[in-house]
Amino acid sequence: MSSTFPSSTLPPRSLTANALPRWAPLLVAVVSAGLGVLASVLFSWGVAGLVLVAGSAMLLLLPLWSAVVENGRKAKDRLMTGLVWSTLAVALLPLVSLLWKVISKGAPQINGDFLTYTMRNVILAQQGGIYHALIGTLLVTVMAGIISIPIGIFCAIYLIEYGAGSRLAQAITFLVDVMTGIPSIVAGLFAYALLVALLGPGTQMAFGGAIALSLLMIPVVVRSTEEMLKLVPNDLREAAYALGVPKWRTIAKVVLPTALSGIITGVTLAIARVIGETAPLVIICGMTDGVNTNPFSQAMATLPVFIYSTFQEGTGTSVSAIANADRAWGAALVLIVIVMALNLLARFIGKIFAPKTGR
Amino acid sequence: MAKSIDVSGLNIYYGDFLAVQDVNVTIKARAVTALIGPSGCGKSTFLRTLNRMHEVIPGARVEGDVVLGSDAIYGPNVDPVEVRRTVGMVFQRPNPFPTMSIYENVLAGNRLNNRKLKKADADAIVEKALSGANLWSEVKDRLNKPGMGLSGGQQQRLCIARAIAVEPQVLLMDEPCSALDPISTAAVEDLIHELKTDYTIVIVTHNMQQAARVSEYTGFFNLKAAGQPGHLVEFNKTSKMFSTPEQESTEAYISGRFG
Repeated sequence: MSSTFPSSTLPPRSLTANALPRWAPLLVAVVSAGLGVLASVLFSWGVAGLVLVAGSAMLLLLPLWSAVVENGRKAKDRLMTGLVWSTLAVALLPLVSLLWKVISKGAPQINGDFLTYTMRNVILAQQGGIYHALIGTLLVTVMAGIISIPIGIFCAIYLIEYGAGSRLAQAITFLVDVMTGIPSIVAGLFAYALLVALLGPGTQMAFGGAIALSLLMIPVVVRSTEEMLKLVPNDLREAAYALGVPKWRTIAKVVLPTALSGIITGVTLAIARVIGETAPLVIICGMTDGVNTNPFSQAMATLPVFIYSTFQEGTGTSVSAIANADRAWGAALVLIVIVMALNLLARFIGKIFAPKTGR
Repeated sequence: MAKSIDVSGLNIYYGDFLAVQDVNVTIKARAVTALIGPSGCGKSTFLRTLNRMHEVIPGARVEGDVVLGSDAIYGPNVDPVEVRRTVGMVFQRPNPFPTMSIYENVLAGNRLNNRKLKKADADAIVEKALSGANLWSEVKDRLNKPGMGLSGGQQQRLCIARAIAVEPQVLLMDEPCSALDPISTAAVEDLIHELKTDYTIVIVTHNMQQAARVSEYTGFFNLKAAGQPGHLVEFNKTSKMFSTPEQESTEAYISGRFG
C-alpha cells in the first residue's frame, strides 16, 4: 500500500484540459465557407471550387486550431471526424443528385394516363404511357422469381445443411461466386442462345428474359440464404434432433422459420437487383408498343428497355424527340419508385418475421 | 417406463481420433447417475452416444454396444430418430425455439413429429410438462408469449419441460445448470429429484457438490495423459465415491488435489 509509482517522471495531470468552445466547429465552418466564396469569386472557380476550398479549409483549420489550443490527440480526433463526415458527404452526393435529377425530370410526366396508356399509335407529343412496359416488367420479374427463388433456397439448404464441407459443396460455392460476377449481357446472350438452340433462330419471348434474369438472381438468393442459414444456432438443430425430429423436418420447421425474415429480405433485394436489368432484356424480350401478356411468344416491353429505346429516340430538338425523352425520365422515376418500394417492403417483412424475444 | 442402459466395450471416435476408450457400465433405471471429470475427458461425448446425438457431428462413430432396456441402439436397422424419441436430452445452454411461444415450445416434440393433437389433449400435455418442470405457476398466464422472453433459468426449465413432454424413458442432461444462478440451479435440482421416480436420468456436471446432492451413482471420467483418449476410471454409488473411492485418481479429483 505504501509504495507508489514514481510520479516525478510523469507530467502533472489535470482532468480539466484546455478545450475549444462548443461553437468552434460552427465558427470554422462559417470562416471556411467565406474563404470558399472568396476563392470562387476571385478566381471564378464556380460552385465546385467553392465546395472544394471550403471543405479543405474546414478540414485544415479546425485540427490546426485544436492542436494549438487543445492537444495532439484531440486534433487528430477532429481531423478524423472531419474526414469521416466529408467521405459520407461524397458518398451521398451522387445518390442525392441522381434522385433529384430523376424526380425533377420525371415527376411532371407522372399522371393517371401515363400509368394506364400504352404507346400504341402514339405519334409526336401525344399522351403516351408505360402501361405495357409495367405489365412486361411485372411478368418477367415474377417469372424470374418463380424460377430462381426455389432453386436458390434449395441450393443454399443443400450447401449449409447437407453438403457442409464436402468437395461438391465447395465446388458449388465457388461456381455461385463466379456466377455472381457474370455480366448481365452474357447471361442475356446465353439465354438467347438457349432459345435459339431449342426453338430456332430469331426467337423473341419474355420467358427467355426471365431465364436470363434468374441466372443473375440465383447466386444472390443462394448467397443471402446461405448467410441466413449459417446464423441459425446449431443448438436449435440439436434441440430438435434430441426431440426425435427427423432432419428434413428440423430444417422445414425449425431452421427455415428461424431464418425466414433474413431469407425474405434477401429474396426481395435480389428482385430489386434484377428488376432494372436492361441488357439481357434488350436481346431477348425486345420492344413493342402495345401490351403483350403472353410470355411465350413475341416481344414484350419492359421498363428498362422502354427507357433505353425511348431515350434513344429522344435525342434532338423535334417535338417527338422531346416527348420521348420526357417519357424516358418518367419511366425511370417509376422504376426507381418500384425498387425503393421493394427495399422498404424487404425491411418491413424482415421486421414482421423476425423471431420475437418478448422483451 | 424407465429403462436401464447397458454399455459394453464402447469406443468413441471423431474420424480417426479415439476420444473415449472402452467404457463398460450399467446405468440403473429410475435413478440419477452423475458423470464427473475434467474438461475434455469425454463425459459429454459419452452422454451424446447414449441417444446417438454424437452422429450429428460429421465423422463421429462408435464401436461397441449400448443396450437400452432390451434393445441394442446401435443394432442394424435401428432408426436414430426413434432412439432420440426414447432418450430425451437437455443441453448446457437453454435453447428454446425462438420462433415459438412457450406453449408451442413445450409441444414442439409432438408438433414437429406431426402428431395430431386435440386442443384439450395438447393443453393437458403442456400443463403436465410445465408442472413437471416446476414452471407452470410462473408462466401459466403468458403461455402465448415467446419462449425467448423468459429468464435463463426459466428457459432451461422450459427446455426440460419440452424434453419430458414427449415422455422419453431416459433423460440425458449435459451440464444443465452451468449457465444458471444458484436459485435456478436449486429449482432444476429439485426437479431432478422429482423426475427420477419416472425417468432414468444421466447428468454431466462439473459441480462435485451437485453430483453428491442429486445422484445415486457417479462415474468418474479421466484422461490417461494429454492427447490420450478419455476413459471411465471408476463407477460406484455416489455415497461410496465421495467417502471411500476405490481409485486414487478419483480421490485426488474429488478432493481437489487433481493434476
